[in-house]
Amino acid sequence: MEAIRQQFFNLAIMEQAFPLILAGLKQTIIICLIVIPLGLAGGLAFALSSLSRFRTVRWTAIAGIDFFRAIPPLVLLIFIYAGLPFAGFRPSPMTAVAIAFFLNTSSYYGEIYRAGIESVGLGQWDAARSTGLRGYQTLIYVVLPQAVRNVLPDLVSNTVEVVKLTSIASVVALPELLYSADMARSVTFNSSPIVLAAAIYLAMLWPVVRLISRLERRIAT
Amino acid sequence: MEGWSRFLDTFFNWMVIERYLPAIMKGVVVTIEIAAAVVVAGILFGLALAIVRAFRVLAVNALIVVFVDVFRALPPLVLILLVYFALPNIGINLPSFAVLWLVLALVLAAFAEEIFWAGILSIPKGQWEAARSTGLSFLGTLAYIVLPQAIRLTVPPLTNRTIAITKNTALGMVIGVGEILNQATTAQSFSGNATPLMMGAIAYVILFIPVVVLGRFLETRFAWRRV
Repeated sequence: MEAIRQQFFNLAIMEQAFPLILAGLKQTIIICLIVIPLGLAGGLAFALSSLSRFRTVRWTAIAGIDFFRAIPPLVLLIFIYAGLPFAGFRPSPMTAVAIAFFLNTSSYYGEIYRAGIESVGLGQWDAARSTGLRGYQTLIYVVLPQAVRNVLPDLVSNTVEVVKLTSIASVVALPELLYSADMARSVTFNSSPIVLAAAIYLAMLWPVVRLISRLERRIAT
Repeated sequence: MEGWSRFLDTFFNWMVIERYLPAIMKGVVVTIEIAAAVVVAGILFGLALAIVRAFRVLAVNALIVVFVDVFRALPPLVLILLVYFALPNIGINLPSFAVLWLVLALVLAAFAEEIFWAGILSIPKGQWEAARSTGLSFLGTLAYIVLPQAIRLTVPPLTNRTIAITKNTALGMVIGVGEILNQATTAQSFSGNATPLMMGAIAYVILFIPVVVLGRFLETRFAWRRV
């Protein structure tokens, strides 16, 4: 028992590692602030193109969505970070992370928006157009608000996945939360810093996970 | 034309492909093995938890909810590093592939439990009451009446979640599991060429595009009816 306490819940080591881990948390938040808005915007673009009237646009968008959903984000990240320099483009860890996560998350958000837009009846379009609203106005004022409301649990749940995803930025040595904790672990030969990082992830995401369960249940019944 | 041949030489170098194809194929086999083991163990364990939860024993259900929430809230990579570096300290030594399998199976079980449970809850109470009134036992009602209807509802969300979690087998690279990405990055550093990374990426796309397309098909076929 004492060994477990020493290894996992060593307060002295946690205190020592705290400033490093706090700096990591800041990086994690910065990544989220870059990737989530980019992903939400890119996802909308993906969704609208996948519902386009033009077949080439539609098929290209669907192929893109499926491609980026099929490829693991870590593979994409390493390809961009370690592969592209061979072609003369040398992204910084942050740039590589932003590009890889943008492609990954916008394809997921794209699928969710698409399902949402499809869930709004065609009659809504017709009715809105017949009142004199233009196509884009119908989309912005009539269809999207209902679409987003219908898929809100999925949007929130995917956002949790994005926050969790930021942890793999540690693989390309971006000093975010997990990377800092793992640094502290390798210096102290003690797992407590990772336990501390896990506690921080839990504190950030547990309330949201609870909220999702409630939102989902309300819609399911 | 110069640029084009340089591009081919960097990303589709035939000599590198020939040399490292066996290694990548070995990675493909490892990835498929771990992914299959994760899917089977994760879904079965998730289903078992949902069935236990249906008995509504307060203390047990509280434990299940805590387990499910923790494994849904923590990034899989955090769990992998925690288990991989921590278990040896308390005298448990697991090979890295077992760590990867265990963590991903538990994560999938957590998500699967939530999905199955939502499915069970979505079956109207009248179904339970009607079945019980015909003399079926609680377990009989669950097995023959509720689960068959609930599982149908769970197919699309469960498929999508399962795909997303099996893709995390690539995280095995971090702890040295010899899966596709690990083979590809090793080969890349030996060959000093980006071709193995391209091969790895293509291997993943070949493996997962069919499942993603299948998931899309199931989604329309078994769509959740939302009012």
